[in-house]
Amino acid sequence: MKEMYYDAAIIGGGVIGCAIARELARYDMKICVAEREEDVCSGTTKANSAIVHAGYDASPGSLKARFNLEGNRMMEELSKELDFPFIRNGSLVLCLDEEDLPNLQALLEKGVNNGVEGLTILSGDEVRAIEPNVTDQVVGALYAPTGGIVCPFGLNIALAENACDNGVEFFLNTEILGIEKTTEGFDLKTPDSIIHAKFVINAAGVYADQFHNMVSEKTLTIIPRKGDYLLLDKQAGAHVNHTIFQLPGKMGKGVLVTKTVHGNLLIGPSATDVESKEDVRTTADELTEITKKAAYVVKDIPFRKVITSFSGLRAHEVGGDFVIGEVLDAPGFFDAAGIESPGLTSAPAIGVYVAELVAKKADAKKRADFNGVRKGIVHPEKLTIEERGNLIKEDPRYGTIICRCEGVSEGEIVDSITRTLGAVSLDGVKRRVRAGMGRCQAGFCGPKTIEILARETNRAPEDICKNRPGSNMLKKEEKGAANDRA
Amino acid sequence: MTEHDIIIIGGGPAGLAAAVAARKAGITDILILERDEFLGGILNQCIHNGFGLHTFKEELTGPEYAARFIQMVEEEHIPYLLNTMVLDINSNKEVTIINKESGLTIIKARAIILAMGCRERPRGALNIPGYRPAGIYSAGTAQRFVNMEGKTVGKEVAILGSGDIGLIMARRMTLEGAKVKVVAELMPYSGGLKRNIVQCLDDYGIPLKLSHTVIAIEGKDRLTGITLAQVDENRKPISGTEEYISCDTLLLSVGLLPENELSEGAGVDLNPVTSGPFVDDRLETSTKGIFACGNVLHVHDLVDYVSEEASLAGVSAAAFLKEGQKKYADMVEIAAEHGVRYTVPQRLDKEHMEDQITVRFRVADVYQDRYISVYYDGERVSHKKKRVLAPGEMEQVILKKENLKDYPDLKKIVICTEVE
Repeated sequence: MKEMYYDAAIIGGGVIGCAIARELARYDMKICVAEREEDVCSGTTKANSAIVHAGYDASPGSLKARFNLEGNRMMEELSKELDFPFIRNGSLVLCLDEEDLPNLQALLEKGVNNGVEGLTILSGDEVRAIEPNVTDQVVGALYAPTGGIVCPFGLNIALAENACDNGVEFFLNTEILGIEKTTEGFDLKTPDSIIHAKFVINAAGVYADQFHNMVSEKTLTIIPRKGDYLLLDKQAGAHVNHTIFQLPGKMGKGVLVTKTVHGNLLIGPSATDVESKEDVRTTADELTEITKKAAYVVKDIPFRKVITSFSGLRAHEVGGDFVIGEVLDAPGFFDAAGIESPGLTSAPAIGVYVAELVAKKADAKKRADFNGVRKGIVHPEKLTIEERGNLIKEDPRYGTIICRCEGVSEGEIVDSITRTLGAVSLDGVKRRVRAGMGRCQAGFCGPKTIEILARETNRAPEDICKNRPGSNMLKKEEKGAANDRA
Repeated sequence: MTEHDIIIIGGGPAGLAAAVAARKAGITDILILERDEFLGGILNQCIHNGFGLHTFKEELTGPEYAARFIQMVEEEHIPYLLNTMVLDINSNKEVTIINKESGLTIIKARAIILAMGCRERPRGALNIPGYRPAGIYSAGTAQRFVNMEGKTVGKEVAILGSGDIGLIMARRMTLEGAKVKVVAELMPYSGGLKRNIVQCLDDYGIPLKLSHTVIAIEGKDRLTGITLAQVDENRKPISGTEEYISCDTLLLSVGLLPENELSEGAGVDLNPVTSGPFVDDRLETSTKGIFACGNVLHVHDLVDYVSEEASLAGVSAAAFLKEGQKKYADMVEIAAEHGVRYTVPQRLDKEHMEDQITVRFRVADVYQDRYISVYYDGERVSHKKKRVLAPGEMEQVILKKENLKDYPDLKKIVICTEVE
């Protein structure tokens, strides 16, 4: 059994764990992140609405309200520093019934109370003027210019890479099986090692209650709340410009309809409490429900252009708010739990807050050599013809297009595999460079991406997985099997 | 900016036949652009036989059929670029291409022939609910793995959709040693050719379950099984008919979509029924000087018809260049009605048309003992009985210029099915 010693161990390589890791890397501490899956960004962060919320929705005084506002304000600067896609496209909360207009006003007031800037109420005609595809029934909307959209993969992976480049160690495929308090701190048991850590940060998403409850009498209960989504082709991405929400009304809570930072159209989520923390099955009922709800607020959605559906789990803590901070009866153990919406928005602010708490407790000093700038994988579509030509001259692999739907070159795919914390699975490549994310859903590029992954990581194609170990794309050929290849 | 008389987008069967025909019609400056590392397109992975019965009067495999046309292209010294992806085509016929050798360049064409083929509908387009494990492939992707990469995709296989690639892969996987447990088809009839059902399923004892679909997908890592259910006339699953089938692989053969994203950039109008361009009898699209043929125009069953159609596109592009800006006469509309889903072409220039043209079409459902009729402005001019009509089998009628002469004011030709 390998024994390892760290000042701080973070459980979970999602956006929260990686935001904390990256902020904690500013301090003179030995830090590790333990992630159960083969890659970071493999739980709740990989399947959500990808929204940077303005902050009018959270209850005033809640942690959700505080970190939402702070995170929203940080996002633009951070997107430049870490080179990930973020667009402040503004959001609209539609009201479809005159009777509900007072609720729209109340939402505005809540937002103002929370400190959200620029909120205004638009008339139905004003909404239709800026968003022609909303339903004719719209009688008004709350417009939040600070609302935005982000690439959750881009944000999570950028934070992880930057943390790693600043010395944080990442243990992937590393599930924490148990935690014991010791005089020095905590022992985290993994299948093949013990991680001794003075401080533990619990950022384990839907599993955060289990880890919390291993060290504390005051238990948490996290209910996995599933949300199904539909993703439409980029040809449908311009159907709306803003992120369209709906004021809760006769049709219930409604769903959002938004373009994504890459120009797709995203619809969802449903909200169904499920028993299993692994239950990411989409269901016909929920997909039908979100289709109907979306069609109720936005006209003529080209549902024929759906390219995939997926579902994710929100980590809903029964208390209803984020649970952030040192656990009272387990000093040195810090929670970042119950991080459901607006968790993605809040992540940068939660990262700063928790890192400061931990550093203060550890009495750690800031490092002089921290470098917060991370250069992402090249975005060829942002280059001029000359720049792109020069790139291909330098490295001809940028001239070979592998994923035709998203226009991804071999050069980008190789970079996604060979860079810091590079991709080891097909999904890892997909989340970093979008190969296989497009309208054919890897039908054409899948075989080529497997070949490149195998070559760059020195493995057999049969060993390449879709994501976690066991999700192998190909089967090993058995000796003696019928084989009549022409 | 370099300029060519004709640029052909795609070096598969359509692009190759179009190039050869344009060359034979006297055009020397032709360039074929192919994104893959070989010419021949999807034929390279279709190693089964059954190709070429119409074109060459013999039964060839896909690669053999492709090789015949590649040889003609080589003999005619028609230039082509491999590993070259077209990123954009605009209505000025400027084509943006990318490859390793020359980077990103823009070349101009006097005429363009679209021959990009089609892609398979993925799982997501069907919204099959459930987990998203490894082991779910479109049939063509599995075909590529097995036939070109020499890989094994799975051991226990279920296939959803009875399109021709799915049927071919049922046989292919069986020959590879896999157990193909079922082919399920949502519709009450197969979307594939009758001969493929006999030769690929019946001969191997593989059950075809019509009016069935996949309602759940199990397996968090690799696929472990699917649940099939029978569907009613509205294609909704019938409660109580669920059947669990354990399998490690699900192949999808649920439809092909012409790949027209580039065409749209060039301002080409698309027919929502075919997802391919609207064309006239010379296969010219709504953008003058841009022609379309093969599976990018509409999905074919037989490559022989692709070659024939593509030859017409090549000849037409050559004529376009020679005639310069010919005056377009008023077009006669060709309409699909009563059981006919679409026709290609959808309009006809009866002044400049060839002596005869072939109108290809598909029917909307399986019909027995029905007539295919042709009407000229309401007058029935042709009425032919067919024992069986099925959506999976492309049909055709021939229109002759000499017959059309008798209808100087003709506005609309209707092609339809009739019970009597």
